[in-house]
Amino acid sequence: MAKNSGKKDTQPDDPPHNLSRRNLLKGAGIVGAAAVGSTAASQVIAQDSPQTYQASSPAALEALEALTAEEAETLEAICDCLIPSDENGPGAKEARAVHYIDRSLASNNRDSRHNYMVSLAAINDYAQKTRGAPFYQLIRDHQNSILSGVQMSKVPGCAPSGSGFFNMLRNHTIDGTFSDPYYGGNQNFVGWDMIRYPGIRLTASETEVAQGAELEPNHQSAYDNETYTKMARNIRMSNRGGSGNA
Amino acid sequence: MPKKLPKTDVVIVGMGAAGGVAALPLSNAGIKVTGIEAGGWLSPRDFAPDELRNGVRNWPQSVQKAAGEAPTVRATSNDVAVQGGHPMMNAVGGTTMHYWAQSWRLNPWDFRVVSGTRERYGSHRVPADSTVEDWPFGYEELEPYYDKVEYAVGISGQAGNVQGAINPAGNIFEGERLRDYPMRPLRSSPFTDLMSEAAHRLNWNPFQGPAAITSELYDGRPPCQYHGFCNKGGCHVRSKSSTAFTTIPKAIDSGNLDVVTFARVVNIVTDNDGKVTGVDYIKGNETFFQPADVVLVASYAYENVRLLQLSKSRAFPNGLSNNAGQVGKHYLSHHQGSPVLALYPKDLHNWYGLPAQGVAIDNWADDNFDHGDLDFIGGANLWVHTDRKPMSAAKMSTFGESRNWGSEWKAFIMENADRGNTSYIQKTTLPYEGNYLDLDPLVKDPLGFPVTRITARYRENEKRIAAFASDKMEQWYLEAGATKVIKTGPGNAMGATTHAYGGTRMGNNSETNVVNQWGFSHEAPNLGILGASVMGTSGARNPTLTVQALAWRSAEYLANNWRSMVG
Repeated sequence: MAKNSGKKDTQPDDPPHNLSRRNLLKGAGIVGAAAVGSTAASQVIAQDSPQTYQASSPAALEALEALTAEEAETLEAICDCLIPSDENGPGAKEARAVHYIDRSLASNNRDSRHNYMVSLAAINDYAQKTRGAPFYQLIRDHQNSILSGVQMSKVPGCAPSGSGFFNMLRNHTIDGTFSDPYYGGNQNFVGWDMIRYPGIRLTASETEVAQGAELEPNHQSAYDNETYTKMARNIRMSNRGGSGNA
Repeated sequence: MPKKLPKTDVVIVGMGAAGGVAALPLSNAGIKVTGIEAGGWLSPRDFAPDELRNGVRNWPQSVQKAAGEAPTVRATSNDVAVQGGHPMMNAVGGTTMHYWAQSWRLNPWDFRVVSGTRERYGSHRVPADSTVEDWPFGYEELEPYYDKVEYAVGISGQAGNVQGAINPAGNIFEGERLRDYPMRPLRSSPFTDLMSEAAHRLNWNPFQGPAAITSELYDGRPPCQYHGFCNKGGCHVRSKSSTAFTTIPKAIDSGNLDVVTFARVVNIVTDNDGKVTGVDYIKGNETFFQPADVVLVASYAYENVRLLQLSKSRAFPNGLSNNAGQVGKHYLSHHQGSPVLALYPKDLHNWYGLPAQGVAIDNWADDNFDHGDLDFIGGANLWVHTDRKPMSAAKMSTFGESRNWGSEWKAFIMENADRGNTSYIQKTTLPYEGNYLDLDPLVKDPLGFPVTRITARYRENEKRIAAFASDKMEQWYLEAGATKVIKTGPGNAMGATTHAYGGTRMGNNSETNVVNQWGFSHEAPNLGILGASVMGTSGARNPTLTVQALAWRSAEYLANNWRSMVG
């Protein structure tokens, strides 16, 4: 069994006040950082749809940039099927993979926006027709069987195809769970902890390499190193590993 | 009309692996060099250890000249060519900024594939449809230039043959070297140690491969920190010996190299006598004519060929230096696909480390083994290395143990993320009739010029090597304790690649080759061509060091013969 299963600091229901402000900013990325002040507005949204998000969920603190509310809800359910929160610990939900995907669809992955729109609608249509409710309201077994159908291109209307959409979405969900938290996913490093990746280091000694997964995770984003940010204008490169990662 | 600039002695088109090296011996000889580069300067601050940006979103290659002119690809002339991506980047330093930095010398056999095969097995063993020729010189001729580049750029490695003294810690099959590498090899890792021990049990000869990465303080640059984001990322401490941090700054310091950035050469200009007079380039929205006594084209294989094919004139109606119809011929892209994958029952400790920090097996490469009972010539270099990153680890094969999503899959990657490995197998690839580069009749770059069209496919010889090498790799993995191994097949069409060869091949016969043994055009003598486009064989290893040795040699020849060549 993986060592990090049941890690206490990454349980799904942790309220945000347990997160440090620093980690919250890190998880949210720059856009999220600007949105931290808008708690009041998101509380209103949260009250409007209490069955969707807990007021305390970090996701409720921020606007959607690309997805519609229903698309985001559908996607949350799909991502939770792909990388579930389960007895082995947190998954895509805690990593905020959907937050990552939403941001990416408004930026680097905008060419995929159309395929998400078409395919998420097709999946909900199919769920409605075969199970009488939209995908995100179904029980997990039914969700999994529909998702298998998408993967095998048996759910009509997906773009570019069922398997094409599935593969793209799977890749994006992995990206959102395991990429640098700067991009809005992998919140609190739950993805890296899941696979026992001890974190980005600008220097890795032989001793550290030998420790492998025993090495204490450092929970550092690449951009915790000012070398790589616009703040670094006046920083000189040292001869040993940039600005250091201690 | 292009704005005419003051004349310079030499224009080098492209300040990358080849042009960045050639600039140094020229400028040191007092020759005025203008280096025209499509990209700009990057600094260590640009190379964040960011797998998403670098590895998935292809930051180094995006928003670049190269990205807009990716070649189209088809297997045969009956197929429709489709445009794919482009692995190269534009910058001062070129792709030496983001490459793996493996820095091999070719083995002696690679220079004499035809005669070597004839002598040992008979001429009939060279595939009948191959257009392969011996190089115009042997390994010994290039050895001094390999040596110069290894010291000027900074290569770490373990020598296997210094003046005939064989050292089994290095590659016992390599050609004789004058001296050791300037730096010891990169350190081994728990995983490479595991693989080396297994290879020894098989009576193979494992060794740490050579890398253009500092393993110790070298020339003012710090040693590698082993954090492991070399692939599609530059080095945050300048340990990677990119020409941008080695030969180019030195050439600039000489006062004789002027680098023009964000400038795109669109035409090499010739007079009616067939003499090259300079280049036209676009910078911003202005076009300039840069006159020069000599033009050296060093813009990567596809672009070298394309630029010649686009540069039509009265003297060269079919493209520059193409009156014999050889520009674009003898193209090959290295067979480096068909990896073998392995799953181990324990963690491999590969989270920190780099692609060039690996262990090689050369026993099954080139003609290092008896092919008497085999149905191919050449072979493969087997390479395993230390480099694992979280996103690619999560996308690993499940080896049939799980579907690829859900709780079962999650449990699989939680256990196995650091237990998978993918080998890198480079195979002898030959040039053939029917494999070539030309201008695509339909697809244009953003400036409206046709892009390169690749028409090429692997033949039986490459596929047989792939099958043979996959079996050897499987044997090695299993000996090292892997519990599952996947072989991925023989490979098919030759897509755009970082290892593209030919198109302006070097050889004494002007009917079958574009440049002479010094790298200068048979038809336009003040045109030199630098890069793997002059190479007629691939060997079973990365081309960059050979490209750089050839570039140094061409530049030194030009400097030594300036008066007679420029007159």
